[in-house]
Amino acid sequence: MLLEIQNIHKTYPRGRPVLNDVSLSLERGQTLAITGESGSGKSTLLNLAGALDSFDSGEIVLDGTALSRLDDRGRALLRREDVSLVFQQFNLIPSLTVAQNLSFHARLANRVDPEWLAHLTATLGLADLTQRYPEHLSGGQQQRVAIGRALAVRPKLLLADEPTGNLDETASAAVLDLMLSLVADTGAALLLVTHSPVIAAQLDRTAHLANGRIA
Amino acid sequence: MTRTVIQALWSHWRWHRIQLATLLIGIALATGLWSAVQAINAEARASYARANQQLALGQMAMLRHPSGHISLDTYVNLRRAGWQVAAVLEGRYRVGDRSVLLTGVDLVSYPPLPAVTRLEQEEAPPDPATMLTAPGRLLAPPDLVPMLQDQPDLPPAIASTALPPNVVLTDIGVAETLLNKPGEISRLAILPDQPRGIAPLSQVAPELNRQPPSNSVDTTRLTDSFHLNLSAFGLLSFAVGLFIVHGTVGLAFAQRRGMVSSLRAMGVPMGTLSRIILAELVGLALIGGSMGLLLGFFLAGALLPDVAATLRGLYGAPVDGQLQLRSGWVLTGLGMSIAGTLAASGYALWRLGRMPVLSGPGLQAWRGRSTRAVVTGLAGVGLALGGVVIFLLFDGLVAGFALMAGILTGSALLLPLVLSSILHLCAGRARDPVRQWVLADMQAQLPGLSLALMALLLALAANIGVGTMVSSFRLTFVGWLDQRLMAELYITAKDSDQGLEIETWLTPRVDAVLPIRNVELDHPTGPLFLYGVVDHATYRDNWPLVAAVPDVWTKVLADGAILINEQLARRADLWPGDSIALNADHTLAIAGVYSDYGNPTGQGIVSMDLFGRIAPNAENRRFGIRIAPERVDELAADLQNRFDLDPGAIIRQAAVKAQSMAIFEKTFVVTSALNILTLGVAGFAILTSLLTLWTQRLPQVAPVWAMGLTLSHLSKLELARSMVLAFLTACLALPLGLALAWILLAVINVEAFGWRLPMHLFPSSWVQLMLWTLVAAALAAALPAWRLRRVPPADLLRVFANER
Repeated sequence: MLLEIQNIHKTYPRGRPVLNDVSLSLERGQTLAITGESGSGKSTLLNLAGALDSFDSGEIVLDGTALSRLDDRGRALLRREDVSLVFQQFNLIPSLTVAQNLSFHARLANRVDPEWLAHLTATLGLADLTQRYPEHLSGGQQQRVAIGRALAVRPKLLLADEPTGNLDETASAAVLDLMLSLVADTGAALLLVTHSPVIAAQLDRTAHLANGRIA
Repeated sequence: MTRTVIQALWSHWRWHRIQLATLLIGIALATGLWSAVQAINAEARASYARANQQLALGQMAMLRHPSGHISLDTYVNLRRAGWQVAAVLEGRYRVGDRSVLLTGVDLVSYPPLPAVTRLEQEEAPPDPATMLTAPGRLLAPPDLVPMLQDQPDLPPAIASTALPPNVVLTDIGVAETLLNKPGEISRLAILPDQPRGIAPLSQVAPELNRQPPSNSVDTTRLTDSFHLNLSAFGLLSFAVGLFIVHGTVGLAFAQRRGMVSSLRAMGVPMGTLSRIILAELVGLALIGGSMGLLLGFFLAGALLPDVAATLRGLYGAPVDGQLQLRSGWVLTGLGMSIAGTLAASGYALWRLGRMPVLSGPGLQAWRGRSTRAVVTGLAGVGLALGGVVIFLLFDGLVAGFALMAGILTGSALLLPLVLSSILHLCAGRARDPVRQWVLADMQAQLPGLSLALMALLLALAANIGVGTMVSSFRLTFVGWLDQRLMAELYITAKDSDQGLEIETWLTPRVDAVLPIRNVELDHPTGPLFLYGVVDHATYRDNWPLVAAVPDVWTKVLADGAILINEQLARRADLWPGDSIALNADHTLAIAGVYSDYGNPTGQGIVSMDLFGRIAPNAENRRFGIRIAPERVDELAADLQNRFDLDPGAIIRQAAVKAQSMAIFEKTFVVTSALNILTLGVAGFAILTSLLTLWTQRLPQVAPVWAMGLTLSHLSKLELARSMVLAFLTACLALPLGLALAWILLAVINVEAFGWRLPMHLFPSSWVQLMLWTLVAAALAAALPAWRLRRVPPADLLRVFANER
């Protein structure tokens, strides 16, 4: 088992509980869609799984490591080595070129594979754009760079939060196809948050969140 | 509608209180430093005007005798011939430990003096007879009155605010007694409305020189350059403060773009919006300006005593050490704050006015682009070249300042382009991803930080430039003092007879007696003080010559040539090989030019024989004594006992040097203080820029944090980023500062003071300044870095949230 989420509770300060006794698991190479209404806790669950935020109780175990036992430095190391993230806003580094953005995470983890990078660049259709800066790319192109950056490090777990939310239907389908195919190439597990039942249907499993609970 | 729009616009400041505080502090700092300098200048000029008005200096022509004394017979002859002249007797008088200028005037014939007329207008005016009959009265500035009243031998003192500082006015009869100069007259003031047909001066008193008003030592003219230097510094501080205003207003306007779009979409005309925003800026300028005036008043009050001491020591200019609040200064200060704020906000307001109705909110436009850096850089090159061209085409102090301003502002405008190029080069060579990101991120942040970095560049360059000038001056001045003040002891006898007696007594007892005789002559460039010297190694071996013909001392001592000081040489463009006319009978070849720091007037040196022919009546009271240093104290005691000399009449070399160095140090207290304050303002500009950029930092930092860098690591990088930018700016400020030092030493000083100084380099002070810069940058970045280290993950996650 790669990811085990066990009885997680999460409440934001001065707020109602966001996640209430949530449990789920994910095998290596498996893909899981999390669906739900706005405010149901989907993004929070993703952030907890990616060691970006802390939970009140329960446990998350990623590849045998209990996240509750990690300090700030340990969480940072985990994110650098084992987890990658793709967001709806792309969140590329605007001051770096496409080529530099693509390799950035892999270089942070000291895990640069030039052949794999070249494969990703070609497959994602970015070969002619490597020296451009993010502000000169379309939304679809930016999201392809974000996916390339996330996969270049060959993560154990890829987390994606509405990765096609900012794209039109055609671009959305193309980007999702690419992502799923590359995830399959790396053998990573994918946890994807989406509103769309169509997208969710393309993944191995779906979990629906309502009012902070798995429905 | 207007009220609603104002409420909406004002709500921005309620939500951005730090931004509002930054803006007001920026305006206050700009206005404060500028108005402090203006207050100092205004106070000094008011003192000069008061002195001129009181003593009619510069308003009436004067008659003087080359010896410095006019006999009573000459005065009587002139009066009998119909000349309307008023006698003046002046001299230094010691009151306790303070030396004052005692001025005795013929109160009957002298034109009405404000100090006297004001006294007459009081409710209980003193009887005019008491002023003229023994023991008389002393009119003095209020601060001197208690000291005068403590002296039992002095006549009663009356306070008068209409007198310049350090001047005591009395009837000439009283002055004769106090100065122990019976029947002596220092000069005669030629009163207005002389009768027609009076005998010419050449018949009645041919030995007197007529000194037209413009030829008198005009304090205002002498000190103009000093005040110009102060104003230049004040203007630099003002510009640095306006950088803060420009940056803050730019960001505030960019943040308001959405609100402005909405208001326009709801039917508010752009004209109305612009007028309201303009009124808002004027209101903020008035608030910030008032804060600045308060700051400036206290700053000027703190600095004025040193400035007054400098002006008294360097130019003999009478300046009061107390500050008065003047309405003109307040209005000018507020005017400058409004003009400065509008100038600094003009571009942002213009952009807002041109914004389409449907334009969305965004900060990118404010941050600027690399193409703009290129245009700004080219403008910088143009400005620097413009300054050089003006300097090459025109002469004078203004051309010197144009060169300085062109190079300084040009370099500041060029800074973002140069920094961007350096960072680009470094980022291209960096292999480590974090280093590469930091360098690229710094490059991206440059447009937002460039104004603060420009301010830092200017402040550092000014620091290096002025520091190099002052240190070069100090080094040269100390060496020059050692050369000029060779005699171990300086003596002033009571009169020429006692002088002869002392000289005769001393000659067999010491290594050498060097008479110091001088006379004031007229020259088209102003007063010329001529000195006579005897043939002695003291002069031959040590005199600090800056230009000379071969065998210069033989030419002076045997062949009747003259040495002139550098001020006179530059002012009259006279150099070795030229000749100078001292009077109708004496035109002398110039054998050399010597440095003469701290002296505003022209000076010449001839052999004592020639001096005796030019000014046979010049007094012979002062002597320099060469003697083994260990015998100085013993000889001083002997002289004092034998000749009943005042303690102040015998001065040891060390005391003169200490006094000269004290005046020198005070001269630069103000510039050093302004230097440090400007650097402080530049540091504050960095802090405000970093704080205003804070809102944009999280989207840059959050993705890197998500990819595995800790907040602790990222906050250290924030500190490093600020320090690296400051370090690069400091490195670029070094050559700029040295260029500024060269301009100050070789151009501004020559034009302003009449002397050129050699330039010395002080690398250790650069290292020190560099360290201070790094400390300032670290302090400025400490708060944003601390905030980043403590930022909750929820805030960072909001960057990724879809609803952001």
